[in-house]
Amino acid sequence: MEKLLEILSSLHPDVDFSNAGDLIEEGVLDSLDIVTLITEVNNTFDVQIPAEEVIPENFSSAETIWALIQKLDEE
Amino acid sequence: MQFSSAIFVLFLALTILLYYLLPKKWQWGVLLVASYVFYLSQGVQYIGFLLYTTVVTYFTGRILSARAKKEDDFVEANRETLTKEERKAFRASEKKARFRILLCGLVLGFGLLILLKYTAFFAGGVRDIVTAFGGASFKIPSLLIPLGLSFYTFQSMGYLIDLYRKKITAETNFLKFALFVSFFPQIIQGPISRFGDLGKELTTPHTFSAGDFSAGLFRVAYGFFKKLVVADTAMIGVRYLYEHTDTQQGIYVILLILLYTAEIYGDFTGGIDITIGISRMLGIRLAENFNRPFSAQSVKEYWRRWHITMGTWFTDYVFYPLSVSGGMQKFSTWSRSHLGNAVGKRLPVYFATIVTWFLTGLWHGAGWNFIVWGLLNCFVILISQELQPLWNLFLKKCQKLSGSGFFYCFRAARTFLLMGLFRSLDVYKDVPLTFSLWGSMFTTWNWGELFSASGLTSFGMNLWQLLVLGAGILLILLATNLGKKTPLWDRLASRSVLAVALSACILTLVLVFGSYGVGYDAADFIYGQF
Amino acid sequence: MKKKWKILIPCIAVLLVFCLAVGFLGKLFEPKYVAEQKEGGMIRDYYKETGSHDILFVGDCEVYENFVPAVLYEEYGITSYIRGSAQQLVWQSYYLLEEMLKKETPKAVVFNVLALKYGEPQNEAYNRMTLDGMKFSLSKWNAIRASMTKEESFASYLLPLLRFHDRWKELTEEDFAYLFSQPTVSYQGYLLQTEVKGGVSDREGVPLTDYTLPASSMAYLEKMRALCEEKGVELILIKAPTNNWKYWWYDEWDAQVKDYAEAHGLSYYNFIPLCGEIGIDWNTDTYDKGVHLNVYGAEKLTSYFGKILTETRSFVDHREEPEAAALWDTYLENYYLAKGDSK
Repeated sequence: MEKLLEILSSLHPDVDFSNAGDLIEEGVLDSLDIVTLITEVNNTFDVQIPAEEVIPENFSSAETIWALIQKLDEE
Repeated sequence: MQFSSAIFVLFLALTILLYYLLPKKWQWGVLLVASYVFYLSQGVQYIGFLLYTTVVTYFTGRILSARAKKEDDFVEANRETLTKEERKAFRASEKKARFRILLCGLVLGFGLLILLKYTAFFAGGVRDIVTAFGGASFKIPSLLIPLGLSFYTFQSMGYLIDLYRKKITAETNFLKFALFVSFFPQIIQGPISRFGDLGKELTTPHTFSAGDFSAGLFRVAYGFFKKLVVADTAMIGVRYLYEHTDTQQGIYVILLILLYTAEIYGDFTGGIDITIGISRMLGIRLAENFNRPFSAQSVKEYWRRWHITMGTWFTDYVFYPLSVSGGMQKFSTWSRSHLGNAVGKRLPVYFATIVTWFLTGLWHGAGWNFIVWGLLNCFVILISQELQPLWNLFLKKCQKLSGSGFFYCFRAARTFLLMGLFRSLDVYKDVPLTFSLWGSMFTTWNWGELFSASGLTSFGMNLWQLLVLGAGILLILLATNLGKKTPLWDRLASRSVLAVALSACILTLVLVFGSYGVGYDAADFIYGQF
Repeated sequence: MKKKWKILIPCIAVLLVFCLAVGFLGKLFEPKYVAEQKEGGMIRDYYKETGSHDILFVGDCEVYENFVPAVLYEEYGITSYIRGSAQQLVWQSYYLLEEMLKKETPKAVVFNVLALKYGEPQNEAYNRMTLDGMKFSLSKWNAIRASMTKEESFASYLLPLLRFHDRWKELTEEDFAYLFSQPTVSYQGYLLQTEVKGGVSDREGVPLTDYTLPASSMAYLEKMRALCEEKGVELILIKAPTNNWKYWWYDEWDAQVKDYAEAHGLSYYNFIPLCGEIGIDWNTDTYDKGVHLNVYGAEKLTSYFGKILTETRSFVDHREEPEAAALWDTYLENYYLAKGDSK
């Protein structure tokens, strides 16, 4: 989780991701951010986020992204 | 039959009657029969192509689904004995196998689309190259393009991809699946539905609801208004302007942009209103395709509001898969280590964006004008993405301005005009001609010509038609504004009688003021020497 | 259940009002053909006609411009009516005849053969002027089906609003004054033309590659014949006079009609070679250089035709029947009043 927040902060240093609202709805993360984020996450956590998981629900907050990583690791 | 024909109205009335009067378990059967009757009426020769796509997609889907089930069953059965790594490896190899099946389906499905819609275009390109190098020219046969081909192919292929992704399970009843591909209100112009949303909706029984029925009816009437009163009236001017590009330049290009925007808006959103309205009369909910597109503050936002189902199709099935694919990830890592973080992380996304927009352009039609149109959109989106930080800074500095209604309108108007400008490529078709006409907006100062006594009738429309068009647009603006929070038809769902009465009023307006039929010219009725 | 009716009944009311509105607007926007384009008003005139007729004329301008029923009565006591309209095609004549023969049984039906040259639907506006005046019936339905050009839609005949909605911007007082009822524009189907424009039409005859009259139009002639036979009515074929007959009527066509008439034992009168005998003076008796006759020519032709009819067939002289005479005397008076007026 710590590492994930680090990645997120590197994308948008001005946002407090641990307390932010809906990242997609509020337009914090755009497609460019999401793709960069996925690359980082894939490299850092040794998972493969497949395209079908790129849906708003999975990227709405740091928690949901973290849950996604865990789910992929478990499957 | 077209939506705006008397025979379609009869067909629809009959379909709805049977749909609600026959036993509920036959409802989807009625829809299937109606859909095939509707499609056959468009041309008997098209039916083979529709059946081909249906059959190919159905069986590929069954195979995909069976394989996925086997995979899950195996993992479930051996959960205890397999290690996590073994499980992952098994799943990965299975995924590859399913991908190969998917690929077969995609090649077969898109193959037909490419063959019918794009062969002539590509062959034309090849011919140009061959003749440029002194080769002999050759004739390109023109192929038949079935109606709605792009729409039903995309919907079917989306179904396969969703199966591959295990988001849905395959439809086992072939006829039910055939209905999903051919559902008559949407087969010609979308929206492109997802099986997860529409599949069950189509085949579960629906009880008649006065609220849904009248709301649907209202929306159908409103759609006809947009199409016949606004779009088809604007079309008269559009047609004249693009047939006279040698004289109608400068201000007339701006005029064409405005008129064509009215036309495409009325035609496309009106058509979708009719589609969704009809479905709702049947108790079936379809995905929305538009969300007040002209309020968009940026091109990017515009594409979240205009032709939404196509946009999300490309995002979900092209942009993200491409940008998170293994190859792209490697490319990303490589480019970041060689070109630095800033450039490196952008390169793959830019690449994916450009590919997506190139394909979006091509989807609209096989022609350079569409490709250029797609790439121009892409260009603006990428540029504005780059300028975003600067823009944010500006907005923060001038908060008084950026929060004002004036600024909101300015941004909406800017987006509106920009999209209209690009869209004129649709009309003029020839790319160099379009560019030179865009240039003429700055070089030919003929504003006075348009705003002179005879100017308003100098583009093929008479004053009455202009009046109808203007009043029609005002009415739509009013309706859109009234439906800002909750669309008008939803607000009317609880007031059936009012909805029906309003529908009747709108339809009367359409019948009188719509641009349809041969028009009346008294001179035709004067008896000549026969 | 109660709630259901609360919604259903007002909705049905709305639907009814809507249908009425569409019907009403159709009536309002339909051209009235009273002051202008009178050709469009002639077909409906028949419904105002009372009394029965000895002769029914059917055909195109060559009947409604060339025969005067009032004169036929005045001189021979024969009652007649002309059901003709602009470029009335054979099938239109057939279905109009079918409609009339349901109502009355004349002694003879006179059909002018010019329209036989058209084997296909021709002109949307003329279709309208012929068909819109018909009351709704199976005959009308069939007439529409037979007459539509490719671009026309059947629905627009059932709902005139679909065809004439564009006239909302050119409505005149006439449209309101004659909304539900229009005055007659003809005199027992005769359209009065008092203008004089003598001379010879300069249109040249064009050689055709094929002089065979179209099978489709001949088929309707055959249907017309069979219908008359069934009703016990004599069918008489005529070809009206014109001074430029090389352009309008070829010898080859004439021969085919002659053959047909002979084969079926029908009388066929071609008036083209008889102009001198009829006494037509092309300087005074035509309003368009000899294509159609004006009232002076029409009176002469009527007179001549009446003579043929009375010499070869026997007719009751209606001038001696008080009831018929009273009616036809008013027709006669109206006709002469109008003729005098327009002088």
